[in-house]
Amino acid sequence: MAHTLIAYVEDKPGVLNRVASLFRRRAFNIVSLTVGRTEQAGVSRMTIVVDTDEPGARRAEANLYKLVNVLRVDDVTNKPAVVRELVLVKVGVTAEQRTAVLQLVNVFRARVVDISAEAMITEITGSQDKVESFIETMRAFHVISVARTGLIAMVRGGAKISANPPLVAAQLPENGAAEDTSELSMSV
Amino acid sequence: MTKLTGAQMIWECLTLEGVEVVFGYPGGAILPTYDAMLGYKIHHVLVRHEQGATHMADGYARASGKVGVAIATSGPGATNMVTGIATAMMDSVPIVCITGQVGSKAIGSDAFQETDVTGVTLPITKHNYLVTRTEDIPRVIKEAFFIARSGRQGPVLVDITKDAQQGSAEFVWEPGPLRLPGYRPDLRTLPSELERALQLINNAERPLILAGHGIISAGARAQVLEFAERAQVPIATTLLGIGGIPASHGLNLGMMGMHGEAYVNSAIQQADLLLAFGMRFDDRVTGNLKTYAVNARKIHIDIDSSELNKNVRVDVGLVGDLRNVLQELLPGVQSADHSAWLDHIDSMKGDVAVRDIQSLPDTGHLYAAHVINDIWRITKGNAIVVTDVGQHQMWEAQYYKHDHERTLITSGGLGTMGFALPAAIGAKFACPDREVWVVAGDGGFQMTMAELATIKQEKIKLNIAIINNFYLGMVRQWQEFFYEKRYAATPLLGPDFVKLAEAFGLRGMRIQQRAELQGLVEEARADSGTVVIDFQVEQEDSVFPMVPAGADLDKMIRRPARDVLIETGADPDEWELGA
Ligand SMILES: Cc1ncc(C[n+]2csc(CCOP(=O)(O)OP(=O)(O)O)c2C)c(N)n1
Ligand SMILES: [Mg+2]
Repeated sequence: MAHTLIAYVEDKPGVLNRVASLFRRRAFNIVSLTVGRTEQAGVSRMTIVVDTDEPGARRAEANLYKLVNVLRVDDVTNKPAVVRELVLVKVGVTAEQRTAVLQLVNVFRARVVDISAEAMITEITGSQDKVESFIETMRAFHVISVARTGLIAMVRGGAKISANPPLVAAQLPENGAAEDTSELSMSV
Repeated sequence: MTKLTGAQMIWECLTLEGVEVVFGYPGGAILPTYDAMLGYKIHHVLVRHEQGATHMADGYARASGKVGVAIATSGPGATNMVTGIATAMMDSVPIVCITGQVGSKAIGSDAFQETDVTGVTLPITKHNYLVTRTEDIPRVIKEAFFIARSGRQGPVLVDITKDAQQGSAEFVWEPGPLRLPGYRPDLRTLPSELERALQLINNAERPLILAGHGIISAGARAQVLEFAERAQVPIATTLLGIGGIPASHGLNLGMMGMHGEAYVNSAIQQADLLLAFGMRFDDRVTGNLKTYAVNARKIHIDIDSSELNKNVRVDVGLVGDLRNVLQELLPGVQSADHSAWLDHIDSMKGDVAVRDIQSLPDTGHLYAAHVINDIWRITKGNAIVVTDVGQHQMWEAQYYKHDHERTLITSGGLGTMGFALPAAIGAKFACPDREVWVVAGDGGFQMTMAELATIKQEKIKLNIAIINNFYLGMVRQWQEFFYEKRYAATPLLGPDFVKLAEAFGLRGMRIQQRAELQGLVEEARADSGTVVIDFQVEQEDSVFPMVPAGADLDKMIRRPARDVLIETGADPDEWELGA
């Protein structure tokens, strides 16, 4: 099962390598991994989708915490969260096919971002299901290239993120996520 | 403010960290640091191979509880450290390795002796650093020591470019806490979990403590004993837990696992509550996980939360320093009487503890088990014994009874042959007034024996027992049991170890008969210099009992009681399978 972990890490050289190396070494299968800066200077945010079961996700989380540069880890798999991916699909189209592509783009609320004589680039943002069915649909045409960003995720609601990890419980919590006990702001 | 070169800063920092001795080997990229060394009081031990430097730092750390330090140059110097770093990582030993690196401008250009050492050691260090700016050196070294010795201890590598060593900057050694926001060595446990643990503890009928290396790292002997005595819980130890509690303690059953005593493993399988104290359910102690202690509830206390539920699913996991967690638990632990359970274990014990050694035929030949047992008797159990890896290591664990912490030093997790001699040198520097013994196989000894020259140069006194069976014995044993005695690449011809010792300017002895043992061992101990003793033992002896890798823990191959297997040429079908 896919688990979505958000890791806040120090923005230092080699940190991505440490995280990737950890998942490789412990034989986890990464589905997607994205990194970017956050609202706080010096802090990057990684969204890691990993194919594992519940105990595996707990182990991944515990191992991430062991990395000195990892500030906080959240498993948002079972939390109310907005999860998005951006995809660019380049399709080769004849003049007659263009309208058909444009119609599909409208249905999916995607966009056309580039048109040339024999090809179009379409862009879609959405949940994994949505972007995947869009890509499937576009296969009716001649798909030249697909570029995906991988998922990013954000928990709904106004709760502050704390840099203090939740107290560790070995017992697997019923709802899959450990209780967060601290409300301090994330500081580096 | 004083300005120092980066090289001076390194020694300044080591001095401030209380380092008295470092183990190292020079080369181009670390030369500025070596040049600056002469102005400082720290003693430098010149090793013969950088692997030796890391094992010495490791042995020093295990014997003293302090951080060991190893130094090497870039490229081959640093890659030679890899085995020693991995060894320290697997056994959670605090060492700091400092390596030189090519100039920062040359990084990435495949310059002479450039290796991506932080990349190479990333999975085998607790943390590592590449330092390219002089002014970062003090902070990084301070962090390195802190990370190495706090939380679950482990090796930290600091790779410092040559220009950072040569540059000058103000030396700033900031007092107070370090800024390591992502580093949490002090994770705590939910109070509700402590409650659940006490419930299980106070209601158990057949409880058993599994004591690991964590007892020694956390210094939790007193708490473990208080717990065990009050609740009357017997204790089994892992290989690295040996010495954590006295071997002579009435509740100490001895070692568990692949070469543990059969009754210890049977007790684990029959327990209704396992209390894992600072151990990590390694495959060498669990055997087949599917049948491991299926009737027992399990409480696991470990400083590393990622160890919980890793190999064995537990009912309660308590995260934290073992001593602290036990101190939190102890007020709730009730006195109990488990005499029925203790009597039952005693009945399983029978005479097995001494059976192996007693059933050895009296052919006048030397048996390794006798050698170890005699050394234990002669040293009154007071020596620090540093072992290599193989059969002799298991016989040491079985027949040298350790009452004291940090007196058995051995590579457990990685099982690194060649560990013993250099690690013993490190241990001797940590404890110069202690009697230190090396117990090595003829195979492993040959891997790092060049360090005999280091011993000579440093004028230190060790007693070196080579358990010489002319085989890579442990592998031969597997071939005997599981590969129909096809001895591929295990017969081993060594040098004349007596002459070898003499070539290094040390004394050598050879012992072939048990009758000679006492006198010659006494003589070796009395010698002020290091003595290498070539114990030529029975060649095709095996370590019993044995749980074949991956088998059920209580299905052990036992030494046929009436005689030695190899003497009788017994058929494997006749082996007793202990229950
Ligand atoms: C560096 C290394 N290489 C290979 C092994 C595999 N191995 C484990 S025990 C052993 C044999 C050790 O032989 P020896 O040192 O003579 O000790 P004995 O078992 O005979 O007591 C070998 C080859 C190892 N543990 N470490
Ligand atoms: Mg041998």
